[in-house]
This record gives sequence, C-alpha cells and structure tokens, in this order.
Amino acid sequence: MNQNFVKSAVAATLLIAGTIGFSACSSSDEQKSESSAKVEKQTLTNVSYDPTRELYANYNEVFAKHWKEKTGKEVEITQSHGGSGKQALEVANGLEADVVTLALEYDVNAVRDAGLIEDGWVKEFPLNSAPYTSTIVFLVRKGNPKNLKDWGDLVKDGIGVITPNPKTSGGARWNYLAAWAWAEKQYNGDEAKVKEFVKKLYKNVLVLASGARGSTTTFIENGQGDVLLAWENEAFLSLKDYPNDYEIVIPSVSILAEPSVAIVDKVVDKRGTRELATEYLNFLYSDEGQHIAAKNHYRPSNKAILDQYKEFDQNVNLIDISYFGGWDKAQSTHFSNGGIFDQIYEKK
Amino acid sequence: MYKETKSSKAVKWFLIGVSVLFVVLMLLLPLITVITEAFKQGFAVYEKAVTDNYTVKAFWLTLEATALAVVINTVFGLSAAWSLTKFHFRGKKILTTLIDLPVTVSPIIAGLIFLLTFGRQSPIFPLLQDWDVKIVFAVPGIVLATIFVTFPFISRELIPVLEARGNDEEEAAALMGAKGFTIFRKITFPHIKWAFLYGVVLCAARAMGEFGAVSVISGHLRGKTNTLPLHVEILFNEFQYVPAFAVASILVLLAIFILIARSLIEYNGKKKNKVEP
Amino acid sequence: MKRTNRSVIPGFGLTTGITLAILSIVVLIPLASLVVFTAHMSLDEIVATITRDRVLSSFRVSFVTAFVASLINAVMGVVLAWVLVKYSFPLKRLIDGMIELPFALPTAVAGIALTTLTADTGLVGGFFAKFGVKIAFTQAGITVALVFIGIPFVVRAVQPVLEKLDPAYEEAAGVLGASRSRIFWKIVFPEIVPAALTGFGLAFGRCLGEYGSVVFIAGNKPFETEIVPLIIMSELQEYDYASATTIALVMLVASFVTLFLVNLIQTRNTRILKGGA
Repeated sequence: MNQNFVKSAVAATLLIAGTIGFSACSSSDEQKSESSAKVEKQTLTNVSYDPTRELYANYNEVFAKHWKEKTGKEVEITQSHGGSGKQALEVANGLEADVVTLALEYDVNAVRDAGLIEDGWVKEFPLNSAPYTSTIVFLVRKGNPKNLKDWGDLVKDGIGVITPNPKTSGGARWNYLAAWAWAEKQYNGDEAKVKEFVKKLYKNVLVLASGARGSTTTFIENGQGDVLLAWENEAFLSLKDYPNDYEIVIPSVSILAEPSVAIVDKVVDKRGTRELATEYLNFLYSDEGQHIAAKNHYRPSNKAILDQYKEFDQNVNLIDISYFGGWDKAQSTHFSNGGIFDQIYEKK
Repeated sequence: MYKETKSSKAVKWFLIGVSVLFVVLMLLLPLITVITEAFKQGFAVYEKAVTDNYTVKAFWLTLEATALAVVINTVFGLSAAWSLTKFHFRGKKILTTLIDLPVTVSPIIAGLIFLLTFGRQSPIFPLLQDWDVKIVFAVPGIVLATIFVTFPFISRELIPVLEARGNDEEEAAALMGAKGFTIFRKITFPHIKWAFLYGVVLCAARAMGEFGAVSVISGHLRGKTNTLPLHVEILFNEFQYVPAFAVASILVLLAIFILIARSLIEYNGKKKNKVEP
Repeated sequence: MKRTNRSVIPGFGLTTGITLAILSIVVLIPLASLVVFTAHMSLDEIVATITRDRVLSSFRVSFVTAFVASLINAVMGVVLAWVLVKYSFPLKRLIDGMIELPFALPTAVAGIALTTLTADTGLVGGFFAKFGVKIAFTQAGITVALVFIGIPFVVRAVQPVLEKLDPAYEEAAGVLGASRSRIFWKIVFPEIVPAALTGFGLAFGRCLGEYGSVVFIAGNKPFETEIVPLIIMSELQEYDYASATTIALVMLVASFVTLFLVNLIQTRNTRILKGGA
C-alpha cells in the first residue's frame, strides 16, 4: 500500500467531512444570526400530515401572538407536511419534531415505539389527545349525475371511485374503515358479505393515488371518476375553490376520524422546549384554537363551538375506531401484509 | 458526402419527421404544459409565487446543494478518470460498475440508504448526536443524497475521452521528468476541457432536479430543508396548482439555461477538435 | 490495490486514493448498510417477502414497462442520434439541446405535466380517448413516463459513436456500388449496436427505479399499475423496514447486474472508438 494512497484517501475523507460541516454550518449560521437579532426567539417544529397545511399556517400565526402576550418571547414555528405514516417514520428516524400532529393514533404509536414518546401519551391532552375531528364524505360532480347517495351506490356498475391507497395513506384507511362500518351495519355483521362489498367497492376504484392530495388532484384536475372519498375538510376546500363544479354528499354512516397530537418527549427534553410545546398543543383546545379548526373545516371537539358551525352535518352516524378494537387491531386485521385489504386485491 | 439518391432523401425526411414528432410529443409538450399552467392565472399570481419567501429559500438551498455536489464530483471525477485510464489494476471493471451504480439505483433506495446509515437506527447516530451534527433531515443529508445521484456524471464524460486518446503523450512527458500535476495541467486537461465542462453541466442539471432521494431524506421542513422540486410538490399538495407550476417553471428556466450552456460548450468543443484533430 | 503492470505516469496512489475514499463514503458504506439491515432476515424470510403475490406482480409491472420503454428508447434514440449527426435541417440545434431535458426537469414536475397531458381530459390523452385508448393511469402511462426519463441515455451513447465513424468507409462502399441500406446494415449498424445496448442498459436500470414521475401517472393499483419503488414506499409506511430493505436489495442487485453487463459491452465499444485497436 503506497503512502500517497493513504494520504490522499485521508484528504478526500476530510474533504467530504468539510463539505458536510460547511453545509451544516451554513444552515445553522442563519439561525444564529436570526436569533441574535431578536434575543428571546424560540423555535418549535411541528411535524404534521398533508391536509392540515392551511389549518396550521393559520394557527401558528395566532399562537405566536398568544405566546408573545403570555411570555414576552418570540416563537418561530417550522412546519413539515407529508403522508402521515411517512412523517411518523421520519420522526422515528431522527427528524427533530417538538410536537407531532398526525392523522392516526397508530402513527403516533410508531413514534412511541421508537422510544421518543412516553407511554400513555393519549391521556396527556383532553379527549384522547384529539383537539379536532373530521369524517369521510363523498365529493361528487355538480348535480350528482350518477345519483350517489350512500355507500351502497358506489359499488354499482360503471361508477368510478377515487380514493388513495390505504397502504400508503393514513386518510385512506379511514375511507376504507368507513365503508366497512356501513357494510357491517347493512349486512348485520355477515363478514363474507361485508368483504364482498368492500371488494366490489375497490373494484370500482380507478386510481389509487399514494396520498389524499394526489387523489383529489386526480379527481379535480385530471377529471377522473364520479366520486372522491375525501376528508370532510378537503371536500369543503375543493368546494370553496370550485363552487360550481362539485357538491358534497354525506353518507348515512361514516367514521369519526380523530387526528392525534402529541409532544415528542425526547426532543423537547433535549431542546428545553417542553413548556412551549405543551402550551402549543393546549392552545388548540382554547376557544380561539377551536374556532380556527372550525374555520379550516375541521370539526371542533368542543361541542358548543361545533354547534355554531352549520356546515357540519351532525346527523351522520359516526363510528369511532374503538368499534374496530383500536388502531393496532384494525391495522393488523385489515392493512398489514396478508390482511383483508391484500385479500381484496388478490391476484386476477 | 456522396450524392444523395431520391430514396435516401425520402428516408432522410421520414427520419427527421419521426424525430421531430417524437421530440415535440415527448419533450416539448410537457415543457409547454408547465409554462402555460404557470401563467394560467396571469403574471401577478406568477410573480407572487416565485418571489414568495419559501420559494426564495428553497432556491438558495437548491443552488447550495448543486454547487457542493459539483465540487465533490469534480474532485472525484478527475481522480477516478485519471486512475482508471492511466493505470491497469485488478478489479477495475468492478470499480467502474460501482461508480456507475448510483445512476440506476432507485432514488427511493438512495434516500433510504442514507437514512439507514446516519438515521436513528444507525450505530453511529449517538456519536453524531454527541457532536451535535445533524445529517438526516438537515442540509448535509440533502447534499449527500445529491452527490450520490449525480455521482458518475463527470467521470463518465471524462473516461471515454481519455481512453480514446491513449497515454503516449503523458508517458513521454513523465519520462522527460515532468511532475504529475504539470502533466495533467499542460497535457491532459486541454484535451478533456470540453468533456469536463459538459460533465459539470450535466451534473448541475441533474442535481437541481433531484426529487425522490432528497424527498426521503429532507424531512420537508418549510424554509429549512425544502429544495425547489420539494417545494413544487408541497405547493401541488396544497392545491396551489398554478403556483406549483410557477415554481416548476423556475426549474424549467434553469434547465433551459443549462441546456444552452451545454450546446455552447459542445459547439466550442467540436470547433476546437476540428482545429487540432 | 495492486497495479498489474507498472506505468511511468505518476499519480496512481493519489488518484486511486481519492477515488476509493469518496466512493466508499458516498456509495459503498451507505449501500452496505442496506445489506446489513437485510442480513437480519433469514433466507426463508427473504424469499417469503419477495415472492408475495403483490410484490411479484409489481416486479413484473416494473420490469415489463421498463423493458418496453427502453426498447422504444433504443429505437428512437438511434433514429434521433442518426438524424442529429448525419443530417442538417432547421432547428436541429434546438432539438439537440432538448435531449437532456429529462435530466434537468425534476421528475415530479415531469410526472405532473405528463399526467395533465395524457389524462383523457388532456391534449394528447383526449385524442387517444376518442379511439378508446387510455394512457394516464394505465401501464401505457407508466411507459410514457419511462420513455421520457430514459431517452437521453440512448441518444448520448450512440451520438459519439456515429460522429467518430469514419465516413471514408461509407463513401468507399458507396463508390463500390453498395446500396445505401446495404451500407447501413453491413457497416454502420454493427458499429452502433454496442452503443445502443449500453444506452438501453442504462435507461433500463434508471427506469426500473424511477419513482417521482411514475407515481403521478401510474394509478398505483395493485396487480395492475403498482411499481416496485411504490411497494418499497408502502412497506416503509407500514414501518416494515425488513421487507423494504429486502426488496430494495433485490432492485440493487438487478441494477448492478445490468450495469456490469453494460460495462462489458462498453469496453468493447471503446475499442471500436479507438479504431479497432
């Protein structure tokens, strides 16, 4: 082994280390100069899922004001959005989130299982740590030309359904479970019939996008299908953007989706942001926080405030996840490898 | 050229027609789609989208990652080209294959391997935390992933040129006692100059546009770890269809700029080659 | 590292050292972590993972679409390279400049633009819809996206060979009275086959792993339009690292084998470029 060889290998290694160091510094320098300008500036990272972008963009502004009034400190909140499962995975892999606000309890559990969140987080905040809820509705084209009223109509021949893939999208699991719940009621729990129904439903699915937003785009921008199974808040957003093209149909049975929020204990303890993070999540339950949720078309968990918003249809029969025996059970029965969803899509 | 016959003329225009149709359908139309969608709601919306604070931050991050990838790949490309063309050693074919491998590795896997190497599941993660070095879900991870996906771009351009030229001149100079670096600067580099620049341009183009690998490793922190392609995806997911295309059009413009640079380089390169064959 | 025969040119240690060090940090160590992660599993588990129906069918979808797309690219790439080298016509430089667009355009942007175009509400998709042919959200759509991704590989592999090809042979053959098609098939074609194969192999490898553009256009339906990278993503979403890394490893081996074959062909190709030495 020649000496030049070793020397140059070391030099090249240092070059890479230097590059990494440089890129790490250039980003943290920025933070430092910002923080020296305003002495008391704190930062908070909220890792959330796709459909909450508008909600938290709104909420963060109001919260920053609230925090300034309360403590006199500035706070800068960084948002991250993506598929709920992917986001949980990234936090579990080292994405430094002070708080997570994800689509399902199951995803927060994954962060817990990585040892970052303490057991019993569900009880840390009121109402199972779900400050707002939502449900699954149908978005159909204006005038409802195919006359789709309830889940039973979706399995008719020639109906094109758009929903994301439950394997890759947290929201899509709620869609699937909502359909399942309706069918169990319809067929008095005859599992063979329920399975047959869900199988037919997914046979009518034209495009199985990887995320909720992808399927909305497929339905709206690319004009595919007759009905989009959507989060209620997403459906309202589409209605706001295209008031003359779509309408919402509420099925007789749907699911009570409870997006979960939690503090990432390991991270807040390391960064010393527990107080800030706790207040950030608590403030979601305040009247102000609840109104922001409602204005962004999430159902506030405070009943009094929910009643003030007429757009939320409260007659729909909402089934919650305990009906399925909790998320861990629902996940292993329906969505894990070889589960019912896989059986539905058995080989042709 | 010898005289063209009638049938060959027909063949010529047929082939040109097929080519033009293909390029228009496959390359030009997507490009036009991006531009027209970007301006669908007028210039004001466009301007607002491209001057948005997050867009500007994403733009600089993209440039930073691109620049660093070009630097590392330049050092690597020149070294690898020299080592692989001037010397014979065992395992050369394997080495060449390993260098090319990143081009065909799925971007998802490219992101995943850095996640496994530097993320929380990795044995060196506690060490990195003690030093307070963040690699995954921070800028260094993005830079590493970008280097990975553009890894062979420069060496791939250089190696064929050097191989075709042979080593006679360098050997002569070495026998006359010239130092290694002098040989490289005076004899080798002038010949590979254009291929090298071409490699840099390709590397920069690919680095700017990388999506899959960076998306796995970035964490999507707004204003911190979002590159332009990720920002496009984010806007798209926010139903901001038109602004998404507006930001995408920045990338298209950068791409066009790069492609023009590429043609100029190639044109100069060919002219040069003709002067001194 | 041992040299098999000594060369007078200096810099072996220096350049090989740099090459191996950077290669190790950026490519080998991260790839090794993939192997280490998969090594947790027993052989039975690995086989069980990759022979699941959905996984097998995604392999079939990925391989078939990548193969068809690369085949189209091989033919169109040779035609394009031929047209660009042999003929002159208006806007040639423009077309030449656009070939690298797929490198520079972020794959997500390309995917969104292609989906917009080929959905049955789009410009191209609408035309085909009249004949009852669907492009977006079918395997045809995936193939379209992959053709877009792969085209520069073939064109840029064949172009230099055609440029280097000595027109004297063709002229001589022409003077001797050989027909043009005979000249092409007997003289030109054998020369460009290795280059086209190289391009085909690279494009194939790249297409196998492509994710960003395909997810938008694919429809992602199990057993129909689900590609392997998407399966890897969904395994990751389920926190099933073992399965994800196993499937990733299979893909990696496929890439490596493809590339190794490509490099074998390329070595022969270089000899041709050097003039049959």
